Amino acid sequence: MIGVVIVDDHAMFRRGVRAELEAAGAGVVKVLAEAADVDEAVQAVAEHRPDVVLLDVHLPGGGGVEVMRKVASYPGAPTSRLPQFLALSVSDAAEDVIGTIRGGARGYVTKTISGPELISAIRRVADGDAVFSPRLAGFVLDAFAGTIEVAAIDEDLDRLTEREREVMRLIARGYAYKEVAKELFISIKTVETHMSSVLRKLQLSSRHELARWASDRRLL
Amino acid sequence: MTTAPARAGHEPRRATRDLHEPIIGGVASGLARHLALPVLWIRVAFVVAAALGGLGIAFYAGLWLLLPAGEQFETAAPGLESASRGGRRPGRIRRLTDVGPIVVLAALGIGVVFTLEAIVGRGALLWPIAIGLVGIALLWRQADEAQRERWLDTTGRIDPARVILGDRGWASYARLAAGLGLIGLAVLVFALRSGSVSVALDVTFAAFAGVIGIGFVVGPWIFRLASELTDERAERVRTQERADVAAHLHDSVLQTLALIQKNPGDAATVARLARAQERDLRAWLYVGESTDERTVASALRGVSAEVEDAHGIPVDVVTVGDCDFGEGLRPVVAATREAVTNAAKHAGVPRVDVYAEITAGAVDVFVRDRGRGFDPAVTPEDRYGVRHSIIDRMQRHGGVGEIRSTVGEGTEVHLHLPRPADQEGNGE
Repeated sequence: MIGVVIVDDHAMFRRGVRAELEAAGAGVVKVLAEAADVDEAVQAVAEHRPDVVLLDVHLPGGGGVEVMRKVASYPGAPTSRLPQFLALSVSDAAEDVIGTIRGGARGYVTKTISGPELISAIRRVADGDAVFSPRLAGFVLDAFAGTIEVAAIDEDLDRLTEREREVMRLIARGYAYKEVAKELFISIKTVETHMSSVLRKLQLSSRHELARWASDRRLL
Repeated sequence: MTTAPARAGHEPRRATRDLHEPIIGGVASGLARHLALPVLWIRVAFVVAAALGGLGIAFYAGLWLLLPAGEQFETAAPGLESASRGGRRPGRIRRLTDVGPIVVLAALGIGVVFTLEAIVGRGALLWPIAIGLVGIALLWRQADEAQRERWLDTTGRIDPARVILGDRGWASYARLAAGLGLIGLAVLVFALRSGSVSVALDVTFAAFAGVIGIGFVVGPWIFRLASELTDERAERVRTQERADVAAHLHDSVLQTLALIQKNPGDAATVARLARAQERDLRAWLYVGESTDERTVASALRGVSAEVEDAHGIPVDVVTVGDCDFGEGLRPVVAATREAVTNAAKHAGVPRVDVYAEITAGAVDVFVRDRGRGFDPAVTPEDRYGVRHSIIDRMQRHGGVGEIRSTVGEGTEVHLHLPRPADQEGNGE
């Protein structure tokens, strides 16, 4: 049973997700609490110790990023059992999505996601895997695009391998994990490994471009 | 690199200072962007010019004074702006590394002063001028920070404390105190030239008294100007906001609601209308993604939206990279429309994915559905859609159209079109 806390400032949406999770995810997912802003979210996480937090990107009090920062530095927070964060948002603004991932979320899905898909995403995140929606995969490819020949300080973190690029491309094309594995003749486990390593690069890369990319993109 | 906006409108391009991550005043990076040169060149040029008799410093200060701060009214989509105003989006995070350039600059500055002293001799004016310059730079920097804060301010009122202190963070106070202190120190050092402390104090007091006197004389004018500006700004902001929201609501949401009321019994129509309205509102509020024919990505979104409206099936478009949309690229967009239409009509699924990758060399589009699929080998000749509109069309224009389909698993159409040579260089 995976304990979940829903963090979103729209009560109606929280109710919808809760109903969906209770209907489609009975026996798999249990909604422990809801929260409407950053402080409530931090409280709820400290109190209920969920496995997964469904986190809205836009949240009163500094956004979802702030929740992740505060939970990590909460006094008495058990370092061994921090929850995993899954960003769930209606905003497709690239800088917010990338910012949330860099803030520590293990994945990003849009609010139009169907119930069963959401539950499988929650499961994946709870297992420590990464969840990429096609749109996030597109953002990732965009962010890492075109700078392969630039020699950077930390090369490994600053670019995607050809294989990771292929995986991202297939995800962006709407392939499910299983289909990606079949298409590239690799195991699902390997696909998951690639995804986790892309996520790690996205979070750790100090590439200046990555930080500025989102805001510059508007000007191009 | 940034040629697209220049072509888009008839407004002349204006150089602005870049306040995203300024090292001193953002002049060099703003200039670099304006001139499309590497920012390092500009910085080196400034440093070299500064070494040559201080011309660079004067030039930098002049540009700092005259260039407007960048993107003052560079607006995000309304939904994002509102989220920023409400504090629902993450703000900037300062890291310790941000201080690095400042330390380097300070070290450089001290080095320059010592070098000058070695060359010119122990000029009595040098130190006060150097200290004063740093003080002024700090105060100007604070003015920039405060200005940035004001843009984020929604009350529309001009709060005197806010004008000076900005976000009231410790950094603001530190900058302000350090700047004023340095200027005071410069005056003091200058006054100390005579060697007598009492004379120096007299001169310093005289200088401050002069400043305070000018403040008293000019103060009321500035105050009145500020309050008038406040009223004007508040009124303008209110009017614009009302007009924007009203126009948008009227244009789209009300229309859709009216249509939905007309077709309450038709679930398919209602779903389609709701989906179209959702897409529209989302684009308006959050993404600001266009669907016109200015760029390839935007044209692809446009045709997908049309199919979505016509067939009532959501089409998710993900694009990577972009370039200007020209006649040479029209075939790939037309073929995409055909492929998406086919998927929407025949696949029998509630969703179609479109993925486009636009690189410097080519445009690749993938249209995928998880529908019933078909066997391409046995497609009847009369199925013009596939053969004629997609494969033949792509071949005629030097591209490739490829269809992979498995019965029961779905179909994927891959369109590949090399980009005409004259369009190269615009992609990013």
